[in-house]
Amino acid sequence: MAADHTPRWQDVTVVDTRDVADRIRRVVLRYDAPQPARAGAHVDVEIPSGEGVLTRSYSVVDASDDGRELALSVHLSATSRGGSAAMHALAPGAVLRATQPLQNFPLGVGAARYVLLAGGIGITAVAGMARTLAARRADYELVYVGRTRPAMAYLDALALAHGDRLSAHVDDEGTGLDVDALLDSIAADPRAAATELYLCGPIRLMDAVRRGWENRGLPATNLRFETFGNSGAWAPQDFIVRIPRLGVQTRVDANSTMLEALEAAGVEMMFDCRKGECGLCQVAVLDLDGRLDHRDVFLSADEKAQDSRLCACVSRAVAADTPRIGDVDAPPTPPSEPAVVTIEVT
Amino acid sequence: MTMTAPRPAQASAPAPAPGPRTTAKIFGYPLNAWYVAAWDHEVTSRGILARRVCDRPLALYRTGDGRIAALADACWHRLAPLSKGRLVGDEEIQCPYHGMRYNAAGRCTHMPAQQTLNPSATVPAYPAVERYRYVWVWLGDPDLADPATIPDMHQMSSPEWAGDGRTIDAGCNYQLIIDNLMDLTHEEFVHSSSIGQEELSEASFETIHDERTVTVTRWMRDIDPPPFWLKNMRDKFPGFSGKVDRWQIIHFEAPSTICIDVGVAKAGTGAPEGDRSQGVNGYVMNTMTPETDRTSHYFWAFMRNYRLDSQLITTQLREGVHGVFGEDEEMLIAQQEAIDANPGHEFYSLNIDMGGMWARRILERMMAAEGRA
Repeated sequence: MAADHTPRWQDVTVVDTRDVADRIRRVVLRYDAPQPARAGAHVDVEIPSGEGVLTRSYSVVDASDDGRELALSVHLSATSRGGSAAMHALAPGAVLRATQPLQNFPLGVGAARYVLLAGGIGITAVAGMARTLAARRADYELVYVGRTRPAMAYLDALALAHGDRLSAHVDDEGTGLDVDALLDSIAADPRAAATELYLCGPIRLMDAVRRGWENRGLPATNLRFETFGNSGAWAPQDFIVRIPRLGVQTRVDANSTMLEALEAAGVEMMFDCRKGECGLCQVAVLDLDGRLDHRDVFLSADEKAQDSRLCACVSRAVAADTPRIGDVDAPPTPPSEPAVVTIEVT
Repeated sequence: MTMTAPRPAQASAPAPAPGPRTTAKIFGYPLNAWYVAAWDHEVTSRGILARRVCDRPLALYRTGDGRIAALADACWHRLAPLSKGRLVGDEEIQCPYHGMRYNAAGRCTHMPAQQTLNPSATVPAYPAVERYRYVWVWLGDPDLADPATIPDMHQMSSPEWAGDGRTIDAGCNYQLIIDNLMDLTHEEFVHSSSIGQEELSEASFETIHDERTVTVTRWMRDIDPPPFWLKNMRDKFPGFSGKVDRWQIIHFEAPSTICIDVGVAKAGTGAPEGDRSQGVNGYVMNTMTPETDRTSHYFWAFMRNYRLDSQLITTQLREGVHGVFGEDEEMLIAQQEAIDANPGHEFYSLNIDMGGMWARRILERMMAAEGRA
């Protein structure tokens, strides 16, 4: 069908909820009419929360045969902005507003080889692709990375469905993914130029793959990724943002974005995608006390390294002494002195 | 004054099944199907062809190595028509407005004024296959796009057949053309000076069908050949005169291809039994592509299996059929106008509509399978 990008909001009913991994809950929505959902599709959901109605995007993991029931899977964020906690609290019978399946991450046709790479909850975006490629009898492999086995949703079902085409990499079992080895194997294959890599995972994995893909001279258009702009190198924490010219100073708490905080402070901001892709909300960084956690895919690696601009919709700041996610076992403790970012806006 | 009233609702009749009615005047079209978008020679690597298929504007071009690219004709950014842009390098198309570039798979390869590419930036790319001198496109679910289901038009590109054709920009719903071709009794009235004769509506016909094809067969024995066929007989048998056995075997294949096996042979020489050596045989190749619900791209050709080396005959047949089909076009446009001018009136069917009605039934089933009305 032709791509339909215009959201049609409708009432949907929660018909099933169950945990499918640590902190990951499967939520099945029932629609009045069949919803054609192609691999890579997501739905937008409105979630009532204490801070008003939040809109969140979730990949369609699978659908019932009649197309009326779509399954999502929601990761409960350690620092939930309200969205994931509210989704985890849903019970069968609850009615929500949701869109039809929307497509920003289409699976191509005709590639000689497909590599699907999922990190953590990113499996929800590529599980359907693996199913489609299996049905097409395409040459594909599914690479699934997680921190612990119990945190990896659908692992057993995927192993059953995809056999040797699935490789699981589990950090705490010492089998973590070697990104360079994976990319080397892609680049060394005679079909390298016709290999497509579909990637959904934490921003650090995405950055590593993007950089490695580029360094190996692989075609940029063959690397496809989806980000909902919600993962960074550090856990979110409160920070201060200042705009001297406007005399604005406000605190961005861990549950909101810089864009939201500036809007709440009365600064008229320009934006569009709100997921770190379009670049409209970028601001100039004049001064920084702390470190920037660039979570967008708009700025290049070089631009991010300069720390002279950031995308306010997703990117954040943390105190200079904060350990990176995964560098320590203990959850980060809030810093006594929050980071301060001094910016200029257009 | 008499007039045909709209068909009254019958209180006692069971409720009609959901979905399109078989006799719908504006007939829908399945999307999980191959349609011809263009002649092979219309799609080049030198320029971009804009063509609307199933109400979807397409930009068609060839890559440097000859592959067909069929992209939605609207840039991801602000929907400027890519067909007004230009081709860059081996396989890229550049938007005429802000210079966004896409490859043949519809993926953005260049964005102005930034170092990265927005990962969402794509335009839909449709499966496209070149076969039988046509470019076929599939606008439905690409995972179902199996080239093995392209309708059989092998005479178009077989060394055993010669001929050529044209395109008609038909101002009517595509199903009206299918109806037209599935029932050739209209030749007696529409084409009286070339191929029409009264034996057409006097001869009986046989209709068979399966899941995706319909065949209507009609033989007229021991008749005078109409002018078109007398000329063709004389091309093969100089000086021929006398009676002929004439055949029309109409092959419909879903969604909208109709290849008509036509010819005449000297009467009584065994053509109905299979010996066509004393006759001339042509294939009228027709494939109709919905452009909108009221306009169609009608691609046709006339192929023959005799005097293959004669370009003169190829040209004469093409121009002769072009003249005949001009008469159909005029009728189809007038019919569409009358349909639109009489919204309260319905279609009624005749015995002669058997073939067209089976075609409609097959298409209805395909649309239902897509969940579409």
